[in-house]
Amino acid sequence: MSFFKKLRESISAKAEAVTNKFREGLGKTASAIAGKVEELVLRRKKIDEAFYEELEEILIGADVGVTTVMRLTDELREEVRKRKIEDASELQPILSEKLVALLREGADEGLRMAESGTTVILFVGVNGVGKTTTIGKLAHRFKSEGKSVLMAAGDTFRAGAIDQLEEWGRRVGVEVVKQQPGADPAAVMYDAIRAAKQRGVDVLLCDTAGRLQNKTNLMEELNKIYRVIQREMPGAPHEVLLVLDATTGQNALSQAKLFGEKSGVTGIVLTKLDSTAKGGIVVAIRSELKLPVKLVGLGEKMDDLQEFDAEQFVHALFAGAIDKEAEAGSAG
Amino acid sequence: MAAFESLTSRLQSVFGKLRGKGKVTEDDVNEAMREVRLALLEADVNFKVVKDFIARVKERAIGQEVVKSFTPGMVIIDIVNKELTELMGGTQAKLAKAAKPPTVIMMAGLQGAGKTTASAKLALMLQKGGHKPLLAACDIYRPAAIKQLQVLGGQIGVPVFSLGDKVNPVDIARQALQHAKDEGRDYLIIDTAGRLHIDEALMEELRQIHEAVKPDEVLLVVDAMIGQEAVNVAQSFHEQLELTGIVLTKLDGDTRGGAAISVKAVTGCPIKFVGMGEKIEPLEPFHPDRMASRILGMGDMLSLIEKA
Ligand SMILES: Nc1nc2c(ncn2[C@@H]2O[C@H](COP(=O)(O)OP(=O)(O)OP(=O)(O)O)[C@@H](O)[C@H]2O)c(=O)[nH]1
Ligand SMILES: Nc1nc2c(ncn2[C@@H]2O[C@H](COP(=O)(O)OP(=O)(O)OP(=O)(O)O)[C@@H](O)[C@H]2O)c(=O)[nH]1
Ligand SMILES: [Mg+2]
Ligand SMILES: [Mg+2]
Repeated sequence: MSFFKKLRESISAKAEAVTNKFREGLGKTASAIAGKVEELVLRRKKIDEAFYEELEEILIGADVGVTTVMRLTDELREEVRKRKIEDASELQPILSEKLVALLREGADEGLRMAESGTTVILFVGVNGVGKTTTIGKLAHRFKSEGKSVLMAAGDTFRAGAIDQLEEWGRRVGVEVVKQQPGADPAAVMYDAIRAAKQRGVDVLLCDTAGRLQNKTNLMEELNKIYRVIQREMPGAPHEVLLVLDATTGQNALSQAKLFGEKSGVTGIVLTKLDSTAKGGIVVAIRSELKLPVKLVGLGEKMDDLQEFDAEQFVHALFAGAIDKEAEAGSAG
Repeated sequence: MAAFESLTSRLQSVFGKLRGKGKVTEDDVNEAMREVRLALLEADVNFKVVKDFIARVKERAIGQEVVKSFTPGMVIIDIVNKELTELMGGTQAKLAKAAKPPTVIMMAGLQGAGKTTASAKLALMLQKGGHKPLLAACDIYRPAAIKQLQVLGGQIGVPVFSLGDKVNPVDIARQALQHAKDEGRDYLIIDTAGRLHIDEALMEELRQIHEAVKPDEVLLVVDAMIGQEAVNVAQSFHEQLELTGIVLTKLDGDTRGGAAISVKAVTGCPIKFVGMGEKIEPLEPFHPDRMASRILGMGDMLSLIEKA
C-alpha cells in the first residue's frame, strides 16, 4: 500500500472531530507547504539544482531550518541517485515520507502522568510564548476529565503575571497557590507541592516567568525551581514542557537546548499554530534534539488546545497531495 | 546555532584553496554567495528578501572589488555588511510630533511580542525627556492585561487611562485622547491587545481605533526571535494601518534577529527602537550597523575590517 494511503487510513480511524479541529487550525500551514511543493513539482518537471534550491526555500520558508533542510535535501539527492528518479513528481511522496520520519523521531506519547498521587507539570520558556495561557487551557482540560487541579503562580516577576493566572483560575474553576510579587519562585513551588500533597490533587500545573535562555542567572533560578520540585516530591516533575511560539525562527533550537540543560525538558508545547506560521521549527527540534511535541495551541480560548499528532501534522501539510493521490487511486 | 560557526571562516575556506591560483573567478564568487545566503537564512532573514539581496551583492562583487582583491573574503563581508546596514536604514530614534499636542502613538503587534512592555518603556523615555505621557489600556481581552499596564505605569509614575474590560477599545481610545487633552498630557500611548494579522475582526478593531484617534505614530512591535513569517505579519499590519515605525523587542537574547531586515524590507518603515530587557528602562535607539554584524554573527569582525 502506498505511503499516503496508509497515512490516510490511519487518520480516518481517529475521531473525526479531533482531526477536523486540528486540520482547521493548521489550514494555513497546510496549504502553504503542500501547495507550494505541488506547484514546484508541476512547474519544474526536471530535478536539477534549481529544483533543489526552490524546494529548500519552501521548507526554509516554513522555518524548518537550514541544517535540517540541507540534510533532508542531501537525503533526497541520494534517493534520486539510487532510484534513478528523473521526474520531480516521483519525489513528492519520498519527501513526505522523510518529513513524517523526522517528526516521528523520539517517542510520540501523550502526557506522562504519575502512577499514583499528584502529577506535577512544569512549564518553561522564553517571554511571551504562551506558558500561562497553556496552563489555563490544560487546567480546563483536566478539570473536564474530572480531575482535581491546582496551579502554582511561579512567575513572581512580570507585572500582572499572578493576576493573569488567577483570572484563568476563575475562568476554569481552579485554585492558585501564590505569594507576593517579587517572592522567590522556588518558595512558591515549595508551597504548591505541599498544598498539592495535603489536598491530594491529581494535577499540579506550575507556571514560571518567561526568561531568555542566555540569561545565566535566570536560568539558574529555573534550575533551582526544578530541583525544589524534585526534592519535595520524588518522581516529580513528571513533565517539563518547553513552550514554543510557532512564529519563532531558528532561535527555538537554542531555546530547546538550553532549557533542556537547566530544567530537563521532556516535551514541547507549540503555541499560536492558529497563525500563518508553519511551526516548521518543530521538525528541526525533533530531528536534532529528539524532543516530542506533546500539545499544540490553536487560539487564546480555553478550548484551543490539542494533542500533537505527527501523522495529522504531516497530513495537514500535504493534504492536497493526499487527496489527489486518493482520487487517482479510486479512478485507477 | 552551532552550524553557524562564522561566515568569516566559511568564506575563508571558500577562498583559501585559491591561494595558489591567485585569481578570483566568478565561480568563486558564486560559491561565496552560497555561504552568505546560508548565513542569512540561518539568521532568519526571509528567503525572498535573501534572494534579492544576494543578487545585488553578487553584482557588486563580480563588478570589480572582489576579483581584484588579495583578501576576497574580507571584501565580500565588507560589501555584505554595508549593503545590510544600508538596507536597514539610518539611525532614526525619533518620534513624530503632532503640531498640536497630544502626539498620539499607537502600538500594535502579534500576541506576546512585547507591546505592553514597550509602551511603558516609551512612556518612561518621554517622561525622562521632560514630557507628560499618558498610557491608555485598550487590551480588554487578555486576562489581567489592564492590571499589567497599571502596575508598569505605577512603577514609572505615568498615569494609565482605563475603562475596565467591558468597554469597547475604540471608545476607550477615544476617551483617552479626550482625557489627555483635558489633563494637558502631551503624548498619548495606546496599548492594544495582541492579535494575529489574519484575524479580520480584531484587525478591523485596530483600524477603527486608528480612525478614532488619528495617531501620529503607529508602531509595530516585533519579537526579534520571529522567523520567516515576519514578512507576512509586517506586510498585513502595514497594509491595514500604515505603520510609521517598528520596535524590535527581546534583542537582549541570543537570536540573530534577521527579521529586522525582512520587516524593514517589506514595509519600508524605519526600525525606530529596540527593547533590550524586561525591566522598564527607556527604549533604545536602533543601530543598523550593529544589527548587521549581529545578523552576520561577527561582532568582532568589524574591527578587523577597520584595521585592514
Ligand atoms: N493566537 C494565539 N495566541 C496565544 C496562544 N497561546 C497564547 N496566546 C497569547 O499569547 C500572549 C502571551 O501568552 P502568555 O500565556 O501570557 O505567555 P507567557 O509565556 O506566559 O508570557 P510571559 O509570562 O510574559 O513570559 C497572550 O496574548 C495569549 O493570549 C495561541 O495558541 N494562539
Ligand atoms: N527579555 C526581554 N523580555 C521582554 C522584552 N520586551 C518584553 N518582554 C517580555 O515579553 C513578555 C511579553 O511582553 P508584553 O509586553 O506583555 O507583550 P504584549 O505584546 O503586550 O503581549 P500581549 O498583550 O499578550 O499580546 C513579557 O514577559 C515581557 O516581560 C525585551 O525587550 N526583552
Ligand atoms: Mg506567563
Ligand atoms: Mg499586552
